Amino acid sequence: MTTLLEVSGVSVTFDGFRAINNLSIQIGEPELRAVIGPNGAGKTTFMDIVTGKTRPDEGRVIWGEKSVSLLGMSESAIARAGIGRKFQKPTVFEEQTVRENLAMALRNKRGPFDVLFHKRSRKGAARIAELAEEIGLRDHLPRRAGALSHGQKQWLEIGMLLAQDPRLLLVDEPAAGMTPAEREHTTDILKRAAKTHAVMVIEHDMEFIRRLGCKVTVLHEGAVLAEGSLDHVTQNKEVIDVYLGR
Amino acid sequence: MTRPDITPRKGFLAENPSVSWFLGCLGLFTLGVTVLSQGFGPALLSTSMVKILGMTLCLCLIAVAMDVVWGYCGILSLGHFAFFGIGGYAIGMWLMYARTEGIVVESLANAPIPPTQAETRDAIATQIFGVVGSNELPALWAFAHSLPLQLVMVALVPGLLALVFGWLAFRSRVTGVYLSILTQAMTLALSLYLFQNDTGLRGNNGLSGLQNIPGLLHLPQSTIALWFFWASALALGLGYLLFAWLVSGKFGSVIRAIRDNEARVRFLGYHVESYKLLVFTLTAIVSGLAGALYYPQAGIINPAEIAPIASIYLAVWVAIGGRGRLYGAVIGAAVVSLASSWFTGGGAPDVNLGFYTINWTDWWLVLLGLGFVAVTLFFPRGISGLFDMLVRKP
Ligand SMILES: Nc1ncnc2c1ncn2[C@@H]1O[C@H](COP(=O)(O)OP(=O)(O)OP(=O)(O)O)[C@@H](O)[C@H]1O
Ligand SMILES: [Mg+2]
Repeated sequence: MTTLLEVSGVSVTFDGFRAINNLSIQIGEPELRAVIGPNGAGKTTFMDIVTGKTRPDEGRVIWGEKSVSLLGMSESAIARAGIGRKFQKPTVFEEQTVRENLAMALRNKRGPFDVLFHKRSRKGAARIAELAEEIGLRDHLPRRAGALSHGQKQWLEIGMLLAQDPRLLLVDEPAAGMTPAEREHTTDILKRAAKTHAVMVIEHDMEFIRRLGCKVTVLHEGAVLAEGSLDHVTQNKEVIDVYLGR
Repeated sequence: MTRPDITPRKGFLAENPSVSWFLGCLGLFTLGVTVLSQGFGPALLSTSMVKILGMTLCLCLIAVAMDVVWGYCGILSLGHFAFFGIGGYAIGMWLMYARTEGIVVESLANAPIPPTQAETRDAIATQIFGVVGSNELPALWAFAHSLPLQLVMVALVPGLLALVFGWLAFRSRVTGVYLSILTQAMTLALSLYLFQNDTGLRGNNGLSGLQNIPGLLHLPQSTIALWFFWASALALGLGYLLFAWLVSGKFGSVIRAIRDNEARVRFLGYHVESYKLLVFTLTAIVSGLAGALYYPQAGIINPAEIAPIASIYLAVWVAIGGRGRLYGAVIGAAVVSLASSWFTGGGAPDVNLGFYTINWTDWWLVLLGLGFVAVTLFFPRGISGLFDMLVRKP
């Protein structure tokens, strides 16, 4: 396992409020990592920083074996570098079909002319069918994404993330609104992806985290409070006080 | 037990039946106009009517371009008529120069000493620019003697302007109403600039006599009108085909996604600005071509054509016709522009209410405004949205 992403000494202030405070996190490839912490701990903001949505006031975000800084890069360039994201609030393109959503995410060249002269391939169609099967939307491919239920949109976005085939998958609260069986399926998918990829999952559901069975990072007030196995962090006094005890 | 979900690859036309329908209707319309204007003895369609219909086809073409940039890509450009006007000016320069050259050469033919090239050029300049008190050919007219070069200008100048403007605006992530205001400022600035007498484009006189096509002066206007009508129909057909192909498939999917949530598209790795720039520039070029076909039929172009309001009308046509479907733009542009020339051209009879007489020349804009409000409130998908009631999708 080699280090894929290294975030060090990062801070972000919103209108005087320090949402991220001298945060340092690393993730290797392949690795599965869970990130937990109370509401407002800065978990989502951390992903915003890595994906270029939010610019930090200070700190470094270093990517890949060439150790490039992600801070000067645009959102799209970061995505092309191999970082994919599922948002906390599912965001899919509601006016388009499930198939179109997946096709757009599929790992292909992204330039306007590449896309303009893009030919639909059997390989692409087969991959879409495979993904749709995986996310339980096999029979919904021609449907408008806006017509899906909340849980299905959640699945679609996971499917789009898998379709991108990024090196690092940032997954923000995937299990929200899912049935227990679906949660189990989600953990299976994430664990399988983590065999070859770096996967970082934010979740509040402890059962879900336990099933992932991976290293856990606890965030609190924009900094790492504890890190280690789930049993290790849940015995930490501070973690119990700020998160588990409530 | 994966069901083989591999859709057989069909052709572009087979997947988009509305394109064939549109091209069929356009073909029938062209045939109808041709027969009615030339067919049997006395023409049922006057030459001026043929010109109006030809011009309407050009307006339909720019409306289709507008629909792509706004309806599909979500960029509410209120400046595309500037590109239309530039196309008109570019072709107008050749039309005026070449025709004046013909006149000058003819009148100097009997001179005792044959005129030098410089003298001919000066005589042409005096003819064209006398109205603005100049007798020199401005640098802008360097290529005006050559039809091929001016045709290149028809596409190049709007394309370059759109490329530079779009690059600056999209790179700074100017979107929504701010971008619309910026495009209005662009067309206003261009129009004000052209109103000046010393810009080399004859100020508020504009370019005139454009209906006289050099080299074809021996032909009656009825023939020329029909030829331009055909050219306009061909341009609309090809433009429609191009844009229908552009918005179908994956490219169309990406630009619609940009329209609905451009931030999300970035996180999928697409460089949103390049897509916008490509769409903006390509539609500007097509607008320029549409203008180059329109003004020889109109006969005159002046800076008022580029006034900001013209581009706003363009958006109104597309909204009334129905955004996000190309034939909607065609319907909107055709219905509204033909209604406009009927109402303002004295075609509609005045309505006497006893205490007040409604004169449509004055009241047309009110009617259009009310129509626009009604469509936005009651038919947000425009006139063509009514088709959805006929053809139900599963
Ligand atoms: N764009 C922003 N402007 C101002 N404040 C923000 C912004 N984004 C986040 N914050 C604030 O930063 C803090 C951290 O928010 P963040 O969304 O990262 O928390 P979180 O750990 O993801 O919480 P949750 O578990 O509720 O999703 C919160 O107090 C939030 O209100
Ligand atoms: Mg969050």
